[in-house]
Formats: sequence, C-alpha cells, structure tokens
Amino acid sequence: MLETLKEFFSFTDANVTFVMIGSILIGASSAVVGCFSVLRKRALIGDVISHSVLPGICIAFLLFNSKNPFVLLGGAFLSGWLSIIWVDYIERNSNIKSDAAIGIVLSVFFGAGILILTVIQHSGNAAQSGLDHFIFGNIASMLRQDLYVLSGMSLFLLIIILLFYKPFVYISFDRNYAVSLGMPVRFYDFMLSSITVLAVTVGIQAVGVVLMSALLITPAVAARFLTSKLNYMLLIAALISSVCCIIGTFISYTAPSMPTGPWIIVVLMLLSMLAVFFSPSRGILINKWRQQKNYRKILEENVLKLLFQLCEKTGFKEQEWNISQMLDKRNMGEQQLKQTLRRLEKKGLVEKKSAEWTATVNGVIIGKRMVRLHRLWEVYLTQYLKLPSDHVHETAEAMEHILNPELEAQLETILNKPEFDPHNSKIPYQDE
Amino acid sequence: MIKQVPNPLIEVHDLTVSYHTKPVLWNIDFSISKGQLVGIIGPNGAGKSTLLKSIMGLIEPQSGYVKIFDKNIDEIRDRVSYVPQRESVDWDFPASALDVVLMGRYSRKSWFKRYTKLDREIAFESLDKVNMKAFANRQISQLSGGQQQRVFLARALAQQTELYLMDEPFAGVDASTEESILQLLIKMTKEGKTILVVHHDLQTAFKYFDWMVMLNTSLIASCPSADAMTEEVIQNTYGGKLPLLSTISNLIKQKNLPIRE
Repeated sequence: MLETLKEFFSFTDANVTFVMIGSILIGASSAVVGCFSVLRKRALIGDVISHSVLPGICIAFLLFNSKNPFVLLGGAFLSGWLSIIWVDYIERNSNIKSDAAIGIVLSVFFGAGILILTVIQHSGNAAQSGLDHFIFGNIASMLRQDLYVLSGMSLFLLIIILLFYKPFVYISFDRNYAVSLGMPVRFYDFMLSSITVLAVTVGIQAVGVVLMSALLITPAVAARFLTSKLNYMLLIAALISSVCCIIGTFISYTAPSMPTGPWIIVVLMLLSMLAVFFSPSRGILINKWRQQKNYRKILEENVLKLLFQLCEKTGFKEQEWNISQMLDKRNMGEQQLKQTLRRLEKKGLVEKKSAEWTATVNGVIIGKRMVRLHRLWEVYLTQYLKLPSDHVHETAEAMEHILNPELEAQLETILNKPEFDPHNSKIPYQDE
Repeated sequence: MIKQVPNPLIEVHDLTVSYHTKPVLWNIDFSISKGQLVGIIGPNGAGKSTLLKSIMGLIEPQSGYVKIFDKNIDEIRDRVSYVPQRESVDWDFPASALDVVLMGRYSRKSWFKRYTKLDREIAFESLDKVNMKAFANRQISQLSGGQQQRVFLARALAQQTELYLMDEPFAGVDASTEESILQLLIKMTKEGKTILVVHHDLQTAFKYFDWMVMLNTSLIASCPSADAMTEEVIQNTYGGKLPLLSTISNLIKQKNLPIRE
C-alpha cells in the first residue's frame, strides 16, 4: 500500500502525473461551476444534464462509429443542452413546476440513453468497449489523448469563470437588477448554462452520469459552510473537489476493478460531512455547543436569581440556603440544581458552608440584575404592549437572559426608572 | 384626476401588462415631470411593482410603451437606477454590504475590470448616506431587514443617476430610519433628481410625496398630492377593484384568450 502510494505521488510515472493533473482540473472546474448552480438555486439542473448526456454520447458513437473524445463530448454537449431547453419549455408553457419538469426530462433522457447503450453493447461492435465507463466514470484507465482534451476543457471552463466572474455574480445574486443595469443578461444566462453543460460533460468522465450532480453540488455546499466570501467559496470548493478526485483516482489506480466515480463521491461526502458538522462558523456542532452554552448560562443565572429572591423574602436577614429550600422556591431537577451550583462555585459566584449555599458579592450582582431585568420587562409589557399583569411573567422569564446592558439602560430611561413592577415587587437597582 | 405634464421625464403611454396571460395593469397612461418625489400608491395586488418593472423594462408589456427622457429605456439605462423589493433576492448569498453596493458601479465599458479606487469611495459615500458605513464589511446575511433595505438603497445611490425607481424602500425599516431615508430623498429631488417610490401606507403618502400615482389595476389618479387627497380618489383606489374588469381578467386567464388582437 505504502509503496503504491509512494509510486503514485512520486510522479515518476508520467501516466500517473497526467491522470493526477486531469483529476485536479476536472474536479476544480466542476466544483467552481457548481458553486454558481447552487447560488442560483438551480442545483438540480446539473442532475438533468448529467443524465441527459448519455443518449447524446451513444448516438454520437453510432453515427460516427468512433470514440474520438470530440465526437462523444460533442454529442454529450448537444443532448445536455437539449435537456435544459426542454425543462425550460415545460416550465414556461404549462402548469408543471420545475421539480416535476426536471423529473420528467431526466428520466426520459436517461432511459433512452440506457436503451441505446444496450443496443450498442449487443451489436457485437468491438469498438464499443469502454462506453459503459460513462455510467460510473473512470479517469485512471483513460487514454492519454482523451485526458488532454478533458484537461484542456476544464482549464477553459476555469478561464471563462475567471473572465466573467463579475457578471456571473451579478446575475446569480439579483438578476432583475442586472437587467436594470443594462447587462446582456440573456447572454450570460446562456454562458452559465453552457459552462454547466460543459462541466458535466467533462466531469462524467471522472464520476459517471449517475453521480455527476454530486460532484457539481457537494463541494459548493461544503464550501459554503466554511466561508461567507464568494471568492473563497469557489477556491475551497475547487480544493475539496480536487482532493477527492485525486483520492478516487488513486484508489482505482491501485485496484483497477474499483470504479472511480463512486469512490470520489464517497470521499467527497465524508469531507462534506466534516465541513457540515465541524465548520467553525455555521457547523452543526458549533450550533449545538452554542445552544448548550446558552442553556447553562440561563440555568446559572436562574439559580443566582433564586438565591437573591430567597434573601429578598427575608429582608436579607438570612443569606444561606440549602438545596431543599431552593427546590421549594423553584421547580427544577435536584441533580441539575446541584450541578449548576458546582459550576457557579468554580466561577466564584457562590460559596458552600456546610450544607448551605450563599451567593458571593459578584453572584449577588448577577442575581440582582436578573430580578431587575425581569421586573423592568414586566413594567414595559404592561405599559407599552398594554398586557394585563398576569400575562407578562413568562416573557420576562426569557427576556431577563437576553437583554444586554445597553438595552437595560434604554429600558430604564424610557420607563423612567420605575420603583415597582406590576405585581408591586420592588425593583432592585444596582446602586441601592 | 389624471393630469398630464408638459415635457415629461417619464411618459407611460397606454400600458397594458399581463402576468401569465392574466392582465394586471389596464391602459395605464400618465406622465411625470423632472425633480418630483412621486409615490405609487395602491392596495395589495394593484400592480404597483408590475408598473415599476414595466417602466424599468423588466417585463414586456402587452401593449403601450414607456419613454424616459423621450427615449426607450434600453438606450438610457445608465441614467436610471432601480431598487428591487428586498424579498426578491436571497440574502444568504455570500457577499458583504460593500460587495452589494459596489454592484451599482457596474460599467458597460469595463465589466471585466476590478473596481477602481473611485468606485470604492463612491460606494462608501453611498453607504454613509444611508447610515450604513459601519456595516460595510458585514455579511449581508447578518444584517437586519431594515439594514438590508438600506444596502439596496445605497447600491442605487452608487449608480449616481438622474432617475430612481424604488420598490417599497420603506418596507421593514423602523420609524427613525424611514424619516432619515425620506429626508435623503427630499434632498435628492431638490438637487434635480426624480424619484418614483412604491409605497403602501396611505397615511404617510400624502405627507411624503409631491406627486401621486394611484393605482388599482387601472390608473385612478396621477396628480399633485394635494389634488389626490379626495374621498373619491381614495375610495376608487382602495374600495375594491372594478368588478367587471376583474371578471374579464379571470375570463382571459381561464380561456387563455389574447388581450390584444
């Protein structure tokens, strides 16, 4: 394994080098084009095109009896375009919605493609072997000449995007506005559709028609999780896709019976899942962690508030409370309360003396603030939203954890520092 | 109450527009003179946005035409800027406020070039005019609705044109922002710019605009605000559509009939 790895990445084998460069270019170009499909909310269009190129390839082969890459890709390009036109036509001239139109066109073309492919395979034509590579893709076993063509086309795609980056961004974000600026929007639409068809035509060599839309869309989606800047998004998508294409190609290089496409897609999915889960800004994990953090903060603030309220009740004569006294006042789990108290103790906000707890100076400040915010918000709701006083507690319970010092100051000003809340409890201010 | 003006800056002539064969604007005919702050007013579904889009050449009319500066819109696009409705785009698009405003600096001559230093200065200035300079590098997805609205406004300002068409620029902005935007628009009209604003709030409309275009599928009024403030005009605008016209609209849609021979 290690030997093959060394051999593969040492670039001593010229063939391997070409395959590598080809993989990188194909991966990068389809990912970059895919970013625009995703941003224009036309992610499924890649799926239509990729399924629809199959009959084009087969018919081109039948007509010219050749596997020349230009002939096959030409056929693929034409039937890919035809499918887009068809989908557009159905959407425009009937009540059928875009998803249904896509479903119809995709399956009709793919069905026809498989049909013709089967006929060719049973015709006894010796030249046909390898046509089925279009179903699942295979870069590793590709002829040098084909690889040149594909790499050239990928490079061409990347250059087009670089050149037309600005107009493509304009029409992806706000098409109407682009028209209002006097941009030749239809021309750019045509360009974008064409490069999508071209990217699919090139990409199916790597992953095959069935999995092509994954190669188009997944890197873009993963990249969006990792950045909020469009140029970085394109770059990251290209990077992710290239890496996956190299890995997939390497696997089918070492085990020629392994199909390239599925391996590329599996690796791609793994990488994307990593991005979706672990993205530092939008990842699922960071969101969960933020929620958890907020939840704990709310618990802590509630316990400090509870201690303050208990003291308040006795006119601050008594300041130390045991667990059962606390549970009597507020309905929460005993375990939860104990855990929260322990966390507060670590932060120096409460102290434990034998079996009783008391808030430290800093703890009292927070507890007092919670009570104050709660009551201020109740006053606000009764005065400004004209709510009856028995309807305000629930909202205030949540709001006390949300209001920041600026909002608190605003609230105090507009309410003119009221002395009592709607339930006639005194509002405790910090300086008192 | 339809007053035609001499030497109009915008001339909308007998405009009829359909959406999917259903007519939404019937024979709209009015004219606007230079330097006016114009309100396009009407109930939901009156065709206000459609009118704006038709003037902007974004929708092909069934019949009639629009002339701006006595020319076809396509000839003078660099003299008109458009503020679409905020909901018309996906604000999760990966871009900063500045990126969006810079789009206003598009030039047909150098579409592939990078933005110049001047473009950036103008974009910052425009953001400053709507009090959004501090948010220039903020992702648009993180802005509030009112802030997004102001970014759209700044983008149009960055175009530095003579005529502005704005679709609901006050939607979703708070009262103080609305006031500051209004002051900005008034200042612009004093500098000789002409501004058309789709607005849904009748209460404030009479206060805000010099000229009113009142719509309800058909044109009810096009006149100075003071003249539009009659019970008859308001009743015709908001008192439901003309029943016969609605019936015909539906018939045309159902039977797929052409509205023009």
